[in-house]
Amino acid sequence: MSLALVLEQLLNGVQFGLMLFLMSAGLTLVFGVMGLINLAHGSLYMIGAFCCAAFAAMTGNFWLGLVAGIAAAAAAGAIIEVTVIRRLYARDHLDQVLATFALILILSEGVRLIFGPFPLYLNVPDVLRGTVDLGVTRYSLYRLALIGFGIAVAVGLWLLIAKTRLGIQIRAGESDREMIAALGVNIRWLYTVVFALGAALAGMAGALVGAIQSVQVGMGEPVLILAFVVIVIGGIGSIKGAMVGALLVGVIDTMGRFLLPRAFATFMEPSQAMGVGAALASMLIYLLMALVLILRPKGLFPAHG
Amino acid sequence: MVEARREFILNAVIVLALFAVPLWALMAGEPFIISLATRVAILALAAVGLNIALGLGGMVSFGHALYFGIGGYCAGILAHHAFSGTPVAFGLSGTNQMLVIWAVAMALSGLVAAVVGALSLRTSGIFFIMITLAFAQMGFFFTLSWPAYGGEDGLPIFVRNQFPGVNTMRPWELFLLAFGVLLVALVVFAMLRASRFGAALMAIRQNPDRAAAVGISPFGVKLTAFVISGMLTGLAGAMMADLSRFTSPAMMAWTMSGELIVIIILGGVGRLCAPVLGAAILVGFETLFGGWTEHWQLWLGLVLLGVVLFARGGVIGLIAGREGHG
Repeated sequence: MSLALVLEQLLNGVQFGLMLFLMSAGLTLVFGVMGLINLAHGSLYMIGAFCCAAFAAMTGNFWLGLVAGIAAAAAAGAIIEVTVIRRLYARDHLDQVLATFALILILSEGVRLIFGPFPLYLNVPDVLRGTVDLGVTRYSLYRLALIGFGIAVAVGLWLLIAKTRLGIQIRAGESDREMIAALGVNIRWLYTVVFALGAALAGMAGALVGAIQSVQVGMGEPVLILAFVVIVIGGIGSIKGAMVGALLVGVIDTMGRFLLPRAFATFMEPSQAMGVGAALASMLIYLLMALVLILRPKGLFPAHG
Repeated sequence: MVEARREFILNAVIVLALFAVPLWALMAGEPFIISLATRVAILALAAVGLNIALGLGGMVSFGHALYFGIGGYCAGILAHHAFSGTPVAFGLSGTNQMLVIWAVAMALSGLVAAVVGALSLRTSGIFFIMITLAFAQMGFFFTLSWPAYGGEDGLPIFVRNQFPGVNTMRPWELFLLAFGVLLVALVVFAMLRASRFGAALMAIRQNPDRAAAVGISPFGVKLTAFVISGMLTGLAGAMMADLSRFTSPAMMAWTMSGELIVIIILGGVGRLCAPVLGAAILVGFETLFGGWTEHWQLWLGLVLLGVVLFARGGVIGLIAGREGHG
């Protein structure tokens, strides 16, 4: 086990964490502002990836595909919000879980109807092909770009929420929705915008990750569950919590899968150690989540006091 | 009272239909339909379990697939060792007796439900939903990557387990067994709901503070209900493994937890026979639409969305009116 390998895995973990942040940010915003659990967030991730892959294949340009993916996810988000989600704000969590579970079924089958049952492939753009020399190791340029992109989006999101008029309205909506409605903010429009913003971030994550994985129906759900782990660890409704949670989950999951089998191999038979290590590693983040909830039932950074 | 009587009649019709359809299939020589009815009965049993936590106690567990899977793996692992003649652990041998398997499955899923419940009930609302999901995911990934019992390939049960006086290889007899267990579970549910314990549980769901003020400890009552709920779902898992003669991590997948909730909602939360009707609708939908179009889940999604948005009492609520459950 060399330093180069550890560094590579660590970077993979950070990259994974930042992509999880893009997913979680929307999820946590929607919960924080509207009080809604949206299981269909993973479907928006899938829509972003599919539209990006299809549009990139059509035009031969990854960046046009990325824009199309983000736009399609945002549009899908806005349509879903207006037709279905809007009716769920006043309902209890059970109804929200079920209705958005139904949306997953509908959207997954819808995507399968439109794009066919086979996975699509999305190539890494030419400029970002190859590796860079980091001194001790060479690392994939595209993954490094994802890290940079993730950080840039996070900063942008922070600026949006901390510095703009829309951000003020979002924060006000989190703390007192009746009051800002009374102050003349169009709350229905605000909710649609927030939902579409979250959808755009999810679609962006789907499109970006689509280039290093295959783009297929059902790709959203594993990421969705991880994103829920992230926001529960971070504290639901908190963007800062989502960032910390995403990095924790990304790094711990990646490093666990890398280190645990090796750690067990020091005192067990190699074949057995692989099995035990892999089994434990895949449970690690859920253990972390359970632990956080038991010690701090509202997450690490509770959004509302 | 009209609603209550209507619901009683409806319950009788639902249960009789579940008996009559496979009976007809037996006469007509359609063993496939008998197996479908057995599947409905077992899924309904699992959902009766969840209905205790969700319907009576208001605990939205998004992780009941965990107990379903534990039950399934109990059946699979015990049968596997009985078949190969190897000990399970600590010199204990496997078994192919369903009664023993059921007892182990219920004990183990009850134990796990006690631990999960004790930890999860510290939270509420969305956090409770998510932490139960997290525990189920742990089980899912554990079985997925644990190589000893098949890992992601699952574990086959080569010879269906035995029950005294029943030939479990005959579809009709296996159906009667599952139907009998389901009836017992429905009676348990009804008795529980009518008991002091059930009243306390429903009081806590409606207003935990008032319940505590009159001297009911919410935590103990809820935890007990959660454990009973997990045990019934675990029993159903053991029976499902025997029906399909196969256990796999898919039994613990989060979609399974979702399906169990869907079953209850389709029927009507907290209603006695909601699990039976919901399971019948789900299996019927899958079979009918699955035969016509591979996109049947699209239609299931639309129906589910319709029920959640416009028919909150489920199908039983539509027919029997909104009242009728505590």
